[in-house]
Amino acid sequence: MQLESMYQEIILDHYKNPHARGLREPFDGESFQVNPTCGDEVTLRVKVTDDGKIEDVSYEGQGCSISQASTSVMTDLVIGHSVDEAMTTMDAFTELMQGRGQVEPDEDVLDDGIAFAGVAKYPARVKCALLGWMAFKDALARTSNGVEAG
Amino acid sequence: MTTTDSLPVDVTALRADFAILSRTVRDGKPLVYLDSGATSQRPTQVLDAERRFVETSNSAVHRGAHQLSEEATDAYEGARATIASFVGVSPGEVVFTKNATEGINLVAYAMSNAGTAGPESERFALGPGDEVVVTEMEHHANLVPWQQLCQRTGATLTWFPVTDEGRLDLSELDSMITERTKVVAFAHQSNVLGTVNPVEPLVRRAREVGALVVLDACQSVPHGVYGQGAVDFGALGVDFAVFSGHKMLGPSGIGVLYGRRELLEAMPPFLTGGSMIELVRMEGSTFAPPPQRFEAGVPMTSQAVGLAAAVDYLNGVGMERVAAHEHLLAERALAGLSEIPGVRIVGPEDTVDRGATVAFVVDGVHPHDVSQVLDSLGIAVRVGHHCAWPLHRACGVPATVRASFYLYNEPSEVDALVAGVREAQRFFGVGE
Repeated sequence: MQLESMYQEIILDHYKNPHARGLREPFDGESFQVNPTCGDEVTLRVKVTDDGKIEDVSYEGQGCSISQASTSVMTDLVIGHSVDEAMTTMDAFTELMQGRGQVEPDEDVLDDGIAFAGVAKYPARVKCALLGWMAFKDALARTSNGVEAG
Repeated sequence: MTTTDSLPVDVTALRADFAILSRTVRDGKPLVYLDSGATSQRPTQVLDAERRFVETSNSAVHRGAHQLSEEATDAYEGARATIASFVGVSPGEVVFTKNATEGINLVAYAMSNAGTAGPESERFALGPGDEVVVTEMEHHANLVPWQQLCQRTGATLTWFPVTDEGRLDLSELDSMITERTKVVAFAHQSNVLGTVNPVEPLVRRAREVGALVVLDACQSVPHGVYGQGAVDFGALGVDFAVFSGHKMLGPSGIGVLYGRRELLEAMPPFLTGGSMIELVRMEGSTFAPPPQRFEAGVPMTSQAVGLAAAVDYLNGVGMERVAAHEHLLAERALAGLSEIPGVRIVGPEDTVDRGATVAFVVDGVHPHDVSQVLDSLGIAVRVGHHCAWPLHRACGVPATVRASFYLYNEPSEVDALVAGVREAQRFFGVGE
């Protein structure tokens, strides 16, 4: 196995220097997600503007390099975008992760997210990569603006 | 340097019985299997015994009068006798279950059924004011069923804490186990820390107050006790004990519940149906004596035969030798891992009252990432909270890496683990 195929430089960079980390106020929705097989957890908040734009995503948690880096990449991909765009991106990322390494990622949509293509070949780690995204989806569903997630 | 010649067990010869140990993984790396605490590998002798049974005598036991049925019943009951003798009890005290988890649930549900099962079972009934005492180091299988029993009956769950060293804190033994205590349930050996818990003081105190002792022996029966040999439930004096087949070279799908005869005789059933009855009328039924009372439905037969073959295999090696061999491996692993800066053993750091399960964390590298690097080198370990989430919280870590050894592991595999952990540090740029 090529360890580097899973741990791309991009992933290790995000892991060592995570983007948008920390819990911030104000927020519209918050979610706590946990991976029951390993105990990794994330608390994530979203702030959505009145016209349906994701103004901020903030988070705290503990987890492996894959879950931490994936959450960091996600904030880059969704902050500043509309909820609809974020959902499309999430669908593309989820499809990539569940594709057992058979899905060709679209860099235009996923940007740094394409680095996780190698992770998709390891079923045990797919949950790690999706933990932050699940929290994002759930936090959106809990916003008072009544955003219907996914 | 330990050479394989001086080991208590002839590992080289023995490994030939385990076909899987000679396979490679992840692009040709020899498999280093250090996850026997989760499930062990099975020798040819176990597979042959199962196959022989299925090819010659397979049929439903305890029903039918044909020859196959007789042979199957003899094989099944013979297996029960072999397994009972292995743990120092009578065949009638051994109940076959799906796994150890089911064994614990059987006792917990029998206890909640006891409230309405008549005067004979009153001693098993729980209610408000009664207490069930467990420990903070339990596997979820010996925790959640008791939480649920308390929820159903109104009893209260309490627990012994764990010391910083990874031992049970029994300093409050007499105030923790009192006249209110109905059940004391604990692990013989922790599936994470490797700690071997002192059974004697807990049994003695439970006796004083009339509480029942339930021992989770999943991690002790397969490995024996260093300096003693096979685990002996009779000598330990526990009331109930459970273990599972797949952790001791046997098949999955079979576990054992031991119960003291007089207790099993008085205890109401959990699962009901065929095979466990005495007399059935439309209005109601009476039940068979134990162990049949607790084995509703057609039982697992080839699995019982396979487990007895596993016991024969272990007896052939000798449990004293098995325990001595694992002791050496644990010593080597603890020494090797402790030498690495940034690695912390979670559990006792010495080999006193300790089995060959070694959990650890690596500063700056998440356990998942450590195990991924080890996996890339062909080394299989467990990662996560190992179904002992409260214990991990108590130890202040979200997860650990766990290497668990068995009689077929070699010293060189310990060394591979230690080198692999160093490689994980290198890969993630931490450590020296």
